[in-house]
Amino acid sequence: MNARIALLLTLALPLAARAEITGKVIKIGVLNDQSGLYADLAGQGSVAAAKMAAEEFGGKIGDAKIEVVFADHQNKPDVGSNIARQWYDVDGVDVIVDVPTSSVALAVSQITRDKNKVFLGSSPGTSDLTGKACSPNTIHWTYDTYALAHTTGSAVVQTGGDTWFFLTADYAFGQALERDTAAVVTESGGKVLGSVRHPLNTTDFSSFLLQAQSSKAKVIGLANAGGDTINSIKAASEFGIVKGGQKMAGLLVFLSDIHALGLQTAQGLLLSESFYWDRDEKTRAFSKKYAQKMNGRMPTMAQAGVYSAVLHYLKAVKALNSDADGKAVVAQMKKTPTDDPVFGKGTIREDGRKMHPMYLYEVKKPSESKGPWDYYKLVKEVPAEKAFRPMDKGECPLVATKTGAVTPK
Amino acid sequence: MLAVPVQALFGQLLIGLINGAFYALLSLGLAIIFGLLNVINFCHGALYMLGAFVAWFLLEKAGVGYWPALILSPLAVGLFGVVIERTLLRRIRGLDPLYGLLLTFGIALMLQGLFSNWFGSSGMPYEMPSQLLGGQILPFMVLPNYRVWVIAISLVICLGTWAIIEGTRLGSWLRAATENAPLVSAFGINVPRMITVTYAVGVALAALAGVLAAPIYRVSPLMGADLIIVVFAVVVIGGMGSIMGSIVTGFILGILEGLTKVFYPEASSTVIFVVMAVVLLVRPAGLFGKQA
Amino acid sequence: MTEAVIERIEARPVSQRVPIAILLAVLVLAPWAVYPVFAMKAVCFALFACAFNLLIGYVGLLSFGHALFFGGASYASAYAALAWNWPPELAILFSTAVAGALGLVVGTIAIRRQGIYFAMITLALAQMFYFFCLRADFTGGENGIQGVPRAHLENTYVMYYFVAAVFLVGFAIIYRVIHSPFGEVLKAIRENEPRAISLGYKTDQYKVLAFVLSAALAGLAGGTKAIVFQLASLTDVHWGMSGEIILMTLIGGIGTVFGPIVGAVFFITLENYLSQLGSWVMVVEGAIFVICVVAFRRGIVGELARVLKRPL
Repeated sequence: MNARIALLLTLALPLAARAEITGKVIKIGVLNDQSGLYADLAGQGSVAAAKMAAEEFGGKIGDAKIEVVFADHQNKPDVGSNIARQWYDVDGVDVIVDVPTSSVALAVSQITRDKNKVFLGSSPGTSDLTGKACSPNTIHWTYDTYALAHTTGSAVVQTGGDTWFFLTADYAFGQALERDTAAVVTESGGKVLGSVRHPLNTTDFSSFLLQAQSSKAKVIGLANAGGDTINSIKAASEFGIVKGGQKMAGLLVFLSDIHALGLQTAQGLLLSESFYWDRDEKTRAFSKKYAQKMNGRMPTMAQAGVYSAVLHYLKAVKALNSDADGKAVVAQMKKTPTDDPVFGKGTIREDGRKMHPMYLYEVKKPSESKGPWDYYKLVKEVPAEKAFRPMDKGECPLVATKTGAVTPK
Repeated sequence: MLAVPVQALFGQLLIGLINGAFYALLSLGLAIIFGLLNVINFCHGALYMLGAFVAWFLLEKAGVGYWPALILSPLAVGLFGVVIERTLLRRIRGLDPLYGLLLTFGIALMLQGLFSNWFGSSGMPYEMPSQLLGGQILPFMVLPNYRVWVIAISLVICLGTWAIIEGTRLGSWLRAATENAPLVSAFGINVPRMITVTYAVGVALAALAGVLAAPIYRVSPLMGADLIIVVFAVVVIGGMGSIMGSIVTGFILGILEGLTKVFYPEASSTVIFVVMAVVLLVRPAGLFGKQA
Repeated sequence: MTEAVIERIEARPVSQRVPIAILLAVLVLAPWAVYPVFAMKAVCFALFACAFNLLIGYVGLLSFGHALFFGGASYASAYAALAWNWPPELAILFSTAVAGALGLVVGTIAIRRQGIYFAMITLALAQMFYFFCLRADFTGGENGIQGVPRAHLENTYVMYYFVAAVFLVGFAIIYRVIHSPFGEVLKAIRENEPRAISLGYKTDQYKVLAFVLSAALAGLAGGTKAIVFQLASLTDVHWGMSGEIILMTLIGGIGTVFGPIVGAVFFITLENYLSQLGSWVMVVEGAIFVICVVAFRRGIVGELARVLKRPL
């Protein structure tokens, strides 16, 4: 008798399960910087990437349409959080992707958690997103500052750059970059000879570079981002730093920055990315399709990451046949391994960290480049486990600690 | 505190002079405009940016290089200044000068917004003129030729402008009109035209600074926005009354900022404001200013 | 700023019952008509604008650095609520006091010069404060202070009516000050300071006091805003914010009682509609400044007052 009831119940379950796509639309919100410093790194390119992923599903799942909307957060956390809130409350957005600028990403992650939606951060850097600020509704895609520090720091030391001097932007992000990289450099057997902190948004780096030059360190680490990095590299070229034998290591540099600087100025720069369009057959094929939509521009790792993240999200929604419960979708995404032409095969950890290898590149000399966007030569590949922070070191409350107890969220 | 060898310090001082050169050029333009028009030209920073963009535009679209741009860009922006003065500033003459501040602030926002839209805010590269590439190899550093050029040309322009204002008849008319415009026009001097020309010249100075900045600081829509506030502080410290005062203060503060970058780099963005606060408490009229 | 709005309209005292009734009605009904979060933003900025207007409209002092008080209070309130776990009301009161103290410091330095110099000094000091906030640990730098708890004000509507109540308190204070003997002295200083001095008034003290009051009320707005949005960020202390508040007051009507409120609502609505357009907002802001200064100095409510021939 009990067995029969149990059988009936299990048959009835699929009917009872609330499989629903909210509003019959899967709305993907691409939130990033459309007009400012990071517009080239993400911007409209990310929107195009998201649309490409939606097209892989034919633009719909079941009878629910997939829609992509976008907005400009102007790199301000209050603008970003207002848009996120309005998107979730009023416009029926189910998932927010991209979000460069860590301060905005942290705010969006918090709101996403409050409203039980999904946040896929393809562009932000802060490793806190899978650490202190981790959330069951957030997955940190593409890269993070820890991985950059580890890849650049360790690989550069291993290839001979064992004395370092840091040029650090004097705010939390820059200081974190310096701290993480310095730790790796020392661990790998190198030495940090000194550092200088410059104010954020400095235009004139001559004074700071002079100090870096006189330290005679083999490597000058740029613990800054955006305009500061570009200006540092420019000034370094002007003062003959690279010609003088010192190498520059950019701790947060993207393909779009190199494109803006030009090879003449940026040659010899060391940097890490998780994606480069010319890495293998699959990335070349993907990038060609992307370039057709984007006037010949090649995708940066942030934009490619949006494609990868949205693809995996849609797979999960299809499997669950629902996008209503953000936590459930993220759990589904963590359960399934990832596979796409951008990062190849990968996994998503319990703390929300997407795992894939990182690569150390060196910017080519102008003579070595065969054409526009042919900028990098591979120096080293670093496997995911070595590159990203071990899960138990992150202080993420979602992760069971060594004693087996799970700290409450 | 770093134990900085004397030679390296010298290098930093030289670099501070370069920043000082920009401060001097810009505060000179501001002082001239304020002297005659009683307008605080908030869009000075945006016009500095415009000057850099005109130079970039000339290079990109017309193949016109740096040297002609040094003349053409200030001319073009000066003409634009004439338009601003004639159509907008003239309408608020005689009103509380605060309106002038707000009007020029609005113009600055419009210019910066437009350029941000067209070019994004990360800016465009501008190639250094080949004649000035490379540098002097000094014992403590490589001093780029271009930076020496910036200091030299700024000194020349600043001192030249000062000489014209203090030494020539045109200059004396200007100074007289600042004191008593109706009386000067009673002498048959076309005061409105003089005002227009003065504004155009002040603005052209800003544009010149922009062209000078283009090869070393990226040409970007917001390049003048934060700079203008520092220049305001320079002008308050120097005292708006004297032309020479703004030039000298500009250079001194540039050097001071340069020194701060060596000894306490984190404070280099605020040191000028701190000096301003101190000067205001001790000598409210400014270092060279006449008592109000 | 004397000629634009003052005129003879202000001479006769007139009952403001009708405009106040309208204001109350709008305040009460707003969250049911529009997205409540948007309404709260408008109310906070309306208070900020009223506080700013106290200084420019009634004392004639243009402060170009009012973001210092708004943002400083925002950080103070956020920090108190998050790090010290204070209830929102206490955090807001604390932030108002902080803003008032900052106002005392800035006011004392800035009052030493007049007119444009005063404006430039406030701008420079605000910029200094911005750099301080960028670097300081407790402000969270670029991230700002996030995740500020709302405690018992979780419910959106409860939060809204709290904000509306705060606004009414601030507005009542301003209203009282304007129509008091103290307010009359302030207006006298604005009209003709040497004459006020000759009458025996220590004008510097009055100016500093008005400055502190304006700063504290701007702080009240900022502290409340931090709780509403559960976030305090660098945007609140940036000079762009100082510019925006001038714009709101200018558009609404400098020196009018209700002008700043109208100006704030107008501007926040505009910003909302233009938010898709990124940098175009800056262009529109600039254009409004230019048009207002050249042709529309009285502002919306100022023009309305002139048409209705009654002070507003």
